[in-house]
Amino acid sequence: MITLQHYLVLSAILFTLGAVGVMFRRNLIVILMSLELMLNAVNLTFIAFSRYLGSVEGQVFVLFTMVVAAAEVAVGLAIAVAIFRQRGTININDINLMKW
Amino acid sequence: MIDLVWLIPCLPLVGFLINGLIGRRFSEKTIGWIAAAAIGIPFLIALSIFSELIRMAPASRSVQKIVFTWILSGDLNVPFGLLVDPLSMVMMLVVTGVGFLIHVYSIGYMHGELGFRRFFCYLNLFVFNMLVLVSANNFLLMFVGWEGVGLCSYLLIGYYYEKQSAADAGKKAFVVNRVGDFGFLLGMFLIFVTFGTFSYTDVFAAAGEKLAQGGLMVTMITLLLFLGATGKSAQIPLYTWLPDAMEGPTPVSALIHAATMVTAGVYMVARCSVLFALAPISLTTVAVVGGATAFYAATMGVTQYDIKRVLAYSTISQLGYMFLACGVGAFASGIFHLMTHAFFKGLLFLAAGSVMHAMSGELDMRKMGALRKKLPYTHWTYLFGTLAIAGIFPFAGFFSKDEILFYSLQRNLGFWLIGAVAAVITSFYMFRSLFMTFYGESRVDPETAHHVHESPPYITVPLVILAFLSLVGGWIGLPILPGAHVFTAFLDPVFAPAKHILDAGHHADHPSVVLELALMALSLGIAIVGLLGARWAYLTDPSLPGRVIAQIRGLHTLVYNKYWMDEIYDFLFVNSIVSLSRFLWKRFDEGVIDGIVNGAASVMRGSGSLLRLVQTGLIKDYALSILVGVLAVIGYLVLR
Repeated sequence: MITLQHYLVLSAILFTLGAVGVMFRRNLIVILMSLELMLNAVNLTFIAFSRYLGSVEGQVFVLFTMVVAAAEVAVGLAIAVAIFRQRGTININDINLMKW
Repeated sequence: MIDLVWLIPCLPLVGFLINGLIGRRFSEKTIGWIAAAAIGIPFLIALSIFSELIRMAPASRSVQKIVFTWILSGDLNVPFGLLVDPLSMVMMLVVTGVGFLIHVYSIGYMHGELGFRRFFCYLNLFVFNMLVLVSANNFLLMFVGWEGVGLCSYLLIGYYYEKQSAADAGKKAFVVNRVGDFGFLLGMFLIFVTFGTFSYTDVFAAAGEKLAQGGLMVTMITLLLFLGATGKSAQIPLYTWLPDAMEGPTPVSALIHAATMVTAGVYMVARCSVLFALAPISLTTVAVVGGATAFYAATMGVTQYDIKRVLAYSTISQLGYMFLACGVGAFASGIFHLMTHAFFKGLLFLAAGSVMHAMSGELDMRKMGALRKKLPYTHWTYLFGTLAIAGIFPFAGFFSKDEILFYSLQRNLGFWLIGAVAAVITSFYMFRSLFMTFYGESRVDPETAHHVHESPPYITVPLVILAFLSLVGGWIGLPILPGAHVFTAFLDPVFAPAKHILDAGHHADHPSVVLELALMALSLGIAIVGLLGARWAYLTDPSLPGRVIAQIRGLHTLVYNKYWMDEIYDFLFVNSIVSLSRFLWKRFDEGVIDGIVNGAASVMRGSGSLLRLVQTGLIKDYALSILVGVLAVIGYLVLR
């Protein structure tokens, strides 16, 4: 029997993987993918609770999240392309001009 | 007509504004006559108000005109109000009358000077402030005029501001006056604390009940007011600015530093006669300071060679007489002397200016002599002024000075003695200046002698008018004959309350006519002694002064250098204050104040440079800090 706990544990694992990816990968594309992973981990939680509580609100939130995520990926990839054109790299350790 | 009294101070202000704002393109003549008219018309108004005033009953000759409410705050209500009474009337007439003549004189005297317009603007502004001072109906408004004339005095002393000595003299006058003004201000505050009002009439009416005769409060008020008077009227110890003030143009010396502004202190003491009458200690102080100044300044006048400085010391000395008169309770005599002094001292200064004009700016009497033939008008008028100030019958100074000496004797033999000695010296140094300038051998250097010429009518006409006034000005105060002393009778309503207080203790016994006559003869004798002394030393035997000086070299050096008073003041006050100021500037201002401000800035900069280490520019670091923050918040929410 697959219970709520199973979903939550899976979601936590996915979220952590995503967070670690954002933190420690250097490739901007991979970081964006890790971000998507985190968002989807959260989506999973929403769905699980929606099912568990018999409420439709969680599913509505997931739809919102997916819209935002799509927009975010579009913007993020555009930035990545622009940076690559400008500097010939998308290694974020080389992109550190945002300081005084 | 009396409703138009506000025009008297306002027209000079209008003249100042016209010349100051739109006078740029006017010719010299236009500027000069606008300025003169701005004083002349008020003089005519003052005359007609005066004629109205003398038709009123003596007791009701005090009219207040409130022009507008000036300050209204809580229970403090200060109107811009003018007081017309015999005392302010005399002052208004003197200020506008003598002021007008000096304005006309200035048109000729200042001809071709750079800043001609500036000069007349300041002069008009001065007269405006002076008229506010004398016609105000409350202490606060008087103080406005008091400060205003001080400002104009500063501006006009420093008229030749490109000259270092003139700029310094202006500053000195201003700073020394500040000491006096401080006293005046404190006295005024005490009056307000005691009476709750600044109005003359209210204060003087309530003085009898609210202040104990000879009490501490009234003594403090009057002494502080008198401190203000010593500053403005150049008495010991605040007289040092007046001789230096001669750096200004001569008409300024005549108008401000002889005829009007310096008499403001006397006017103020006379105005507060009720308060002074309640404070015997203050009255004695006034008399002692006045007498001492009269004598002390006269001695310095003997040794000076600069004709204007002689007149300056003489002014200080004559102001001393006025204070002596006030101090012995003869306020009317003080004002009488104030008026005659305005005539003859204004005249003497203007004549000295005419000499300067003829001599291409030379002031040293050692380089003059025998100018009598070349400057006939100037000579005659200067002679009239000298006779008047020396107190030769029947010139104006004789009557006023004799009266002061007479009242001094009634009070105390010492006062009379010091006044009489000062009178001998006065007569001596004035005739000395006359003889050195106009008689004897010519010591003029040939280059200058070539250009010596009598001054134009702009200069000589005012001289002649003032000379006439110096002759007849005293005749309105004839002694002895009952009812002949018109001047005292006119002022009587103003000084009656003070007189009442002063006479309360002992009934005034009328002195015998014989004594009065004897004293008059004595005064005349004193003046003639001075005259003969000067004649002997400077005409008969011109080598005498040199021999006498050689005999008493030490004393002469002391007096010639004005008793080293400037140096002593520099040593005692000026230097210590300057070094204190320097300390405050260098150590306190630059060290402490700037240190705090700069310190605040460096703390910000230091903490900023530490915090900027956090800002690496790397996204992962920011992401990590966000994560840590989120975990901390969640941890707190879960675990609490």
